[in-house]
Amino acid sequence: MQLDVHRYARESCVVLAVLGELDLAGAPRLRQSVVSETATGIRHLVLDLTAVDFIDSTGLGVVVGALRRLRAHGAELSVVCPEQRIRRVFEICDLDRVFTLHGTVDDAVSASGSV
Amino acid sequence: MSSGARPVGSVEIAVPPVPEYLQMVRAIVGAAAALDDRLQAGRVADVRLVVSEAVTNALRAQAAVQAADPILVRCDLRSDRIVVEVADHGPGFDPSAVPDLPKVETPERLRHESGLGVSLMRQLADSAVLDSGPDGTVAKLTFVVRDA
Repeated sequence: MQLDVHRYARESCVVLAVLGELDLAGAPRLRQSVVSETATGIRHLVLDLTAVDFIDSTGLGVVVGALRRLRAHGAELSVVCPEQRIRRVFEICDLDRVFTLHGTVDDAVSASGSV
Repeated sequence: MSSGARPVGSVEIAVPPVPEYLQMVRAIVGAAAALDDRLQAGRVADVRLVVSEAVTNALRAQAAVQAADPILVRCDLRSDRIVVEVADHGPGFDPSAVPDLPKVETPERLRHESGLGVSLMRQLADSAVLDSGPDGTVAKLTFVVRDA
């Protein structure tokens, strides 16, 4: 399954729901989506990784890059990651200390302004 | 496989140096590792992650010199371990010179979108040996399997 990214608005946030495997093959698709959203001047982006089946360090790199880009524009990033197998990869790399990993999109949206 | 018989043997694949083959390599190596029922599901996930990192490094190395040779992946199921080897025809590198990333608490860390691969391999495999020279790199990744 190739990586797919669905975009939708939720309250004042833009949500990018990612489906598939986030690796070297899928990373450019998500990176481009993040770059496009950043250019529109959004204030809060939510990356929903609920339907991500696999992530490796290249995929984590896209999430790290998203945070850097959004902060440079004064915007926020929230990550939704309820699956333990995906969350564990963040933990192995200590990135759970950089990102608050939310259980649901609703949690991430309601955290707007407090992350 | 619950008979107690161990599926000793090996699987070899040669894949074009194209990122779209990564998923297939993970699936094949993961399925081979899962044949050994002593390996728990979480450990099979580790094998898939480590092989993904090794093949990603191979893809990047070959892309740097536009090498079209296939990347060779071999998965050996042995009585006491699983050994995965990934061989590329990239320009080689000095594994001991891979720099540590800045501490995760520091803002500098966000400047690094890559560089975690070797660290992940070393953390998750019981042994990760990188043999690199001007003709390419072989990553030898060993996962010890123990009886319950």
